[in-house]
Amino acid sequence: MIYSDLFFWLFGGLIPLGITAYMVARSKALGTEQDGSRLHSLPGYYGWYAVIWLAMPAMLSGLLFSFIHMFGVFSIPAPMLLGTMFTIGGLGLWYGLSHIKADFRAREKVEKVTTGLLIVSASISILTTLGIVLSVVFESINFFQVISFWDFITGTKWEPDTAFLIGAGRDTAGMAPPAFGAVPIFAGTFMITTIAMFVAVPVGLFSAIYMSEYASHAARGRLKPMLEILAGIPTVVYGFFAAITISPMIVNAAHALGLQADYTNALAPGLIMGVMIIPFVSSLSDDVIKAVPQGLRDGSMALGTTKAETIRHIVLPAAMPGIVAAFLLATSRAIGETMIVVMAAGLRPNLTANPLEGITTVTVKIVEALTGDQEFDSAFTQSAFALGFVLLLITLILNIVSNIVVRKFKQRYD
Amino acid sequence: MTTENFQADARKRKRDRADKRFKFYGFAAIVFALAFLVFFFIDIISKGLPAFQQAEIQVEVHYNAATMKNYNKAVDKKYKRLVSKTWLRLVPNQMRDKPELIGEDRLEWVLAENRVDQFLKGHEGHRLKSKHQKLVKQMLDEGKVRLVFNTGFFSKGDSKLPENAGILASAIGSVLVLLLTMLFAVPIGVMTAIYLEEFAPDNRLTQIIEVNINNLAAIPSILYGLLGLAIFINFMGVPRSSALVGGLTLALMTLPVIIIAARAALRAVPDSIREAAYGLGASNLQVVWHHVLPLAMPGILTGSIIGLAQAMGETAPLLIVGMMAYIPEAPGSIFEATTVLPAQIYTWSSESLRAFEERTAAGIMVLLAVLLSLNAIAVKFRNRSENTW
Amino acid sequence: MNSETVENTLTIRDLKLWYGDFEALHGINLDIQKGKVTAFIGPSGCGKSTFLRTLNRMNDRIPSCRIEGKIMLNGQDIYDPSVDVVQLRSYVGMVFQKPNPFPKSIYENIAYAPRIHGMVKDGPEMDELVESALRRASIWDEVKDKLQQPGTALSGGQQQRLCIARTIAVKPKVILMDEPCSALDPIATAKIEELMDELKEEYTIVIVTHNMQQAARVSDYTAYFYLGDLIEYADTHTIFTAPANQKTEDYITGRFG
Repeated sequence: MIYSDLFFWLFGGLIPLGITAYMVARSKALGTEQDGSRLHSLPGYYGWYAVIWLAMPAMLSGLLFSFIHMFGVFSIPAPMLLGTMFTIGGLGLWYGLSHIKADFRAREKVEKVTTGLLIVSASISILTTLGIVLSVVFESINFFQVISFWDFITGTKWEPDTAFLIGAGRDTAGMAPPAFGAVPIFAGTFMITTIAMFVAVPVGLFSAIYMSEYASHAARGRLKPMLEILAGIPTVVYGFFAAITISPMIVNAAHALGLQADYTNALAPGLIMGVMIIPFVSSLSDDVIKAVPQGLRDGSMALGTTKAETIRHIVLPAAMPGIVAAFLLATSRAIGETMIVVMAAGLRPNLTANPLEGITTVTVKIVEALTGDQEFDSAFTQSAFALGFVLLLITLILNIVSNIVVRKFKQRYD
Repeated sequence: MTTENFQADARKRKRDRADKRFKFYGFAAIVFALAFLVFFFIDIISKGLPAFQQAEIQVEVHYNAATMKNYNKAVDKKYKRLVSKTWLRLVPNQMRDKPELIGEDRLEWVLAENRVDQFLKGHEGHRLKSKHQKLVKQMLDEGKVRLVFNTGFFSKGDSKLPENAGILASAIGSVLVLLLTMLFAVPIGVMTAIYLEEFAPDNRLTQIIEVNINNLAAIPSILYGLLGLAIFINFMGVPRSSALVGGLTLALMTLPVIIIAARAALRAVPDSIREAAYGLGASNLQVVWHHVLPLAMPGILTGSIIGLAQAMGETAPLLIVGMMAYIPEAPGSIFEATTVLPAQIYTWSSESLRAFEERTAAGIMVLLAVLLSLNAIAVKFRNRSENTW
Repeated sequence: MNSETVENTLTIRDLKLWYGDFEALHGINLDIQKGKVTAFIGPSGCGKSTFLRTLNRMNDRIPSCRIEGKIMLNGQDIYDPSVDVVQLRSYVGMVFQKPNPFPKSIYENIAYAPRIHGMVKDGPEMDELVESALRRASIWDEVKDKLQQPGTALSGGQQQRLCIARTIAVKPKVILMDEPCSALDPIATAKIEELMDELKEEYTIVIVTHNMQQAARVSDYTAYFYLGDLIEYADTHTIFTAPANQKTEDYITGRFG
């Protein structure tokens, strides 16, 4: 029996056992009632109480054994593990059943356990963050033991090709050492993000202005979901579109203008990414523009200003913190976007200011390093985690700053 | 300044023009976004539509001993390059399954090679040799070549030969991964939301959880892939490329979306309902379970559907946990290597053969159709539930 | 009542107003005298605020709102298609119930509209205009040292006087005030009332108030509205001492409303 079957046996076994435990406990509770005293809780709660005493010990022991297995302390064969778990579960059930009496407060116990479960669920989100941070940090530490952090942050050469040979223990004397200077990669991400924001900010902001200030309620109801389709299209689809349709169009257009453009140019993924984040900018801006008190608009209009003057001089400045927050969130979205650049941008790190040249980005390099057949602990694969660490840091900072800005904005008008 | 009869003067006319211009910018922005959408859909559909048709040619198939030994003998030599290799290879198997075929020569419609297919559809870059082009044209005149509905696209898995590649395996993989995502993310997400909205004391820990959830929603999806790789695969030993690791990774990614939507839905339930239930002596949990949760259900479902639709289109984290492998068969269990629809689209898009491009676009059409209907269902749900109170 | 049309007098004839199918005003006839304070009183929902907003067409901003009848200002029908509503509003200013200073500096709050209207150039001329508007609104002494601080940092009463200053800066002829003191404390209210008394020498002021004592204190003429009808309109003294209509008397004496 392999471990995979364990799950099926466990759940396959626990469900009928659980039903049996429920029935037994319920009838036992009802039995004690006939002695003359009334049950404290509804009979169902006694059933659930028994189920908890069956399942919790069984699951916990299973979890304990898997942890022991994971950390490589020792392993026991699956059938034995299964047997142990059911035995422990059975003991738990026996213990639980022995409690059931008429005046036993089953509901309180069951509710306590349920609340506990809710708390465990809520802590999973914390564990997720912890997991992301730990997984990125640990591998980055390994990476920075080999490559100096300073070289990584300031180096302009990304030539990791020899790293995997070293990782495989096959380095030769005359071989050039691998270089992990990430500046060209950061520059690529920066350029594509900038192009994307050049599309997303004006289009998103003006769309928001039109929808919140000009469009009728009905038109707005139709336009908004249509714009939101843009955010619902999977990024892999955008990537295909950028690579197959937009990139050749840009190459042809550049050619017609007498310019030279690569098929992996920064412009195609940048433009498409910009379109993708239009709805982020527009819906967030829309929210803050609507949050600007109507009284300010009335006050301005009553002074004999036109609608555009009111929007430009009063509404937008008042909404500015929220718009800035939207901008920051959209930036973090663009920096972390992966599929569009993987499919439409290049692989070659290239420090350039020309958007028609092929460039690469942080996310492309992460995917490249982790989807090949390299050994997991070579510096090349670990470089992905170092890049991921930088990515995590930047997006977290952007997000936290934008959250603070939004909260300040909301306080001002509440 | 103001004229006594409140007419527009020259300055005001200039301001009016600026006013109109400003409104026009807003309108133009919307038009730009919608025009992009239209262009995008037309482009994808025009690229993908041909893939729903597949060329077949009519040839005489020789079911005999020679074919049994060498499947290339199944058709006359001059047609050998026109029929699909995957079909040719299977002719001996067919004879084994149906021995009564042996010794017969039959005129049959068989799957054409992808170059023939592309040539017939008039695509540039079909790479069909000129002598074959002539032959196909001649057969076309004789009615021996036809385009039929491409059932194989929906009934087959991936293949290195485009005429034999379909989305079935990846679609099944997507369903499997999504089911797992739902199984993990929806209960945990709803339970977290219930805890935060109905039970959590207003203390430091609760605030940290709240801030944390907001941040999780903004973390780039690829970092969830790194988490999946480092924690699930390398640490916990979940098999790489499996539906389980994909489902777990996507579940963590979807969790904040579901939590945020579920909290909004719970918050929308008026307090009067809680107070009424407490007034009848219900316990905390009974109030939530019997009264609040049923009323919040439509909102929770809407949020869950939107979150799952997002997970269904997600690719980047799945690449990191290895779900881009070449997998021609649907998985038998959640521990086997699996691919999903978006990953299939990605692998096809990096194939060089022209015939894969239309299949990529067709795969995109299927994916978009599913996602848009999921979102439409979610919006319907929301609109219907909004009028409850 | 004297119904001759004098300059700067608003003349309203058979004014009806609908929100969708609901008729909110049923044919109002009213003359508003130049250089006087006219108060509109009546219970909530009687249409007095709605009516006030028709006078500078602020109600244009509500899509379902429809109007019939005539409002003449200086002999010009303000609902005539040739009228530029933006120009009209710089001639008929408005002060709102809730003080709504712009989230800008005190100086910019005043300079904003004159700059847009091109009344004066930025620099000493604008400084002068800002100062005179703030002086006219009796707030100059309180803010002269903090002109660059945000207007939202002032107290409620100061904010409202800033809004009045902002309105004055555009040099309107009529100022509409929609319950300008309802969000203020008694001391701030007294200051605003004092200010109105000074301003009426130069401006025609129309004020909506739910506070009858205020109407009695500040206004020269008073109009009593009830359920979308103008019940009675006379000089304030008459209204409060010898109302002609029983409904007005009931309201004034507090038997109703």
